[in-house]
Amino acid sequence: MFLEVNPLVLPELGLVIWSTIAFLVLLFVLTKFAWKPIMAAVKERETGIEEALAKAEKMKAEMAQLQNENEALLAKAREERATLIKEAKETADKMVAAAQEKAKAEYDRIVADAQAAIHQQKNQALTEVKNQVGSMVIEVAEKVLRKQLADKPQQEAYIQELVNGVKLN
Amino acid sequence: MAQNRVKCLLALVFSVFMLTNANVVVAQEQHPVQAHNTDAATSHKPAEKEFNVTETILEHISDDHSWHLWGHTSIALPVILKTDKGWETFSSAKLMDEHHEPITYTGTTTGYQFKVNTNHETGKKSIVIIGADGNINQAATASILDMSITKNVASMFIAVFLLLAIFLSVAASYKKRGVTTAPKGFQNIMETLILFVRDEIARPNIGEKYFKYMPFLLTVFFFIFINNLLGLIPFIPGGANVSGNIAFTMTLAVFTFIVVNFSGNKNYWKHIFWMPGVAVPMKIFLMPIEVIGIFTKPISLMIRLFANITAGHILVLSLVCLIFIFKSVAASAVAIPFTVFISCIELLVAFLQAFIFTMLSALYIGMATEEHHDDHH
Repeated sequence: MFLEVNPLVLPELGLVIWSTIAFLVLLFVLTKFAWKPIMAAVKERETGIEEALAKAEKMKAEMAQLQNENEALLAKAREERATLIKEAKETADKMVAAAQEKAKAEYDRIVADAQAAIHQQKNQALTEVKNQVGSMVIEVAEKVLRKQLADKPQQEAYIQELVNGVKLN
Repeated sequence: MAQNRVKCLLALVFSVFMLTNANVVVAQEQHPVQAHNTDAATSHKPAEKEFNVTETILEHISDDHSWHLWGHTSIALPVILKTDKGWETFSSAKLMDEHHEPITYTGTTTGYQFKVNTNHETGKKSIVIIGADGNINQAATASILDMSITKNVASMFIAVFLLLAIFLSVAASYKKRGVTTAPKGFQNIMETLILFVRDEIARPNIGEKYFKYMPFLLTVFFFIFINNLLGLIPFIPGGANVSGNIAFTMTLAVFTFIVVNFSGNKNYWKHIFWMPGVAVPMKIFLMPIEVIGIFTKPISLMIRLFANITAGHILVLSLVCLIFIFKSVAASAVAIPFTVFISCIELLVAFLQAFIFTMLSALYIGMATEEHHDDHH
């Protein structure tokens, strides 16, 4: 057998035992005092970095959301302002129109009143004129009638005279 | 999977081929060398010892009871032996004299005579018990359990110490600096590697349940990686061939085997013993193949790591040995740039093999924990 011939490939029990002891000592001591703390520390750092990154991402999203909200608010405010202005304008227009209408109505009323008053006064004046004319006519007629009784040509001359004397004011 | 198995088989065949060849070379060289030496002894003054490449390389990549530094200087390491008469602990310095030749040492508790013996056929060095007659006491030797802190074990302890120092300080810096700040310096490098294991190995292969297996995968990855890197350092604290030692890779592969099969769910076992979606004869036919597959997976891991790292060491050592083969400093003009080049590649391999071992472990765990999918077949 080559195993007997070659010392290189023949494991020595002493070295096997010492290797086992050395390996087990390393395994237990390093696991307890090195691998576990180191792995835990590395893991903690990694999770820390991950969390920080996630946080930053979240913050970024929040910032974006805030900005969006701000923009929305701004847009809304702008819209409201526009509506307000529009409404104000409408109200103002309405008010002006109403005032105009009212003024016109007042004017119309005043004009109408004035016309009515004028008309009334004219009628009154006409009635007075008519009355005066009537009474004058009666006076003339009276005088005519009185002269008629005396002389005819004189009568007529007199009428003529009266007529001339009548001047319609 | 089929590709992996083919690869593993190829690696096995290749390594066997290489190793048997190497031994043939040893066997062929030994006789002429001896003949030459006897000639030299008679005709010349004490000649320079013939340089044996295979022996040198094998000595470098195999385990040793002392840590050789240079020349006749080496660090003595504790030898711990369990024999049928009890434990014996002594310094490895007691097993050799000042010329690095093996000498016998009489144990204090057992009274056995210990000596490092080199097997002439295999070149394998091991501690044997010498009987009263001066020969090896085979029965007593067979009872030895060699628990010595060898070069590989010591190197592995250095790796363990380094890993603990590195990762406990990295973990502390998380505590100190808090988790919200970016990682800095060493912490940053290690975090990159940890995240590499998590994001490139565990998550894609295991999926949701990856977290449970992270400690295992991280430990495997860094243990292999640091041993690979230490192996590339040519002097202390490196120089040992831990991750290129079959005992080491076998241990890790066994751990993967245990983790994979203990986390295997109903679906995993059903795919092994009663493959859904195929005819009954096919189910019966597939069952032994799948059962073998349970074992070939960790075996492929074991051989892949062992073969790759050992091959790298052999390659680098061979290039350095060119200088000694040609017995000329001029050879270093070729050998050194090549060694540097291969060493750079070996750095890549050191990472790659740690990655592949961990990745395949994760893949096997992923296959064992995968939930049932209707569109799977």
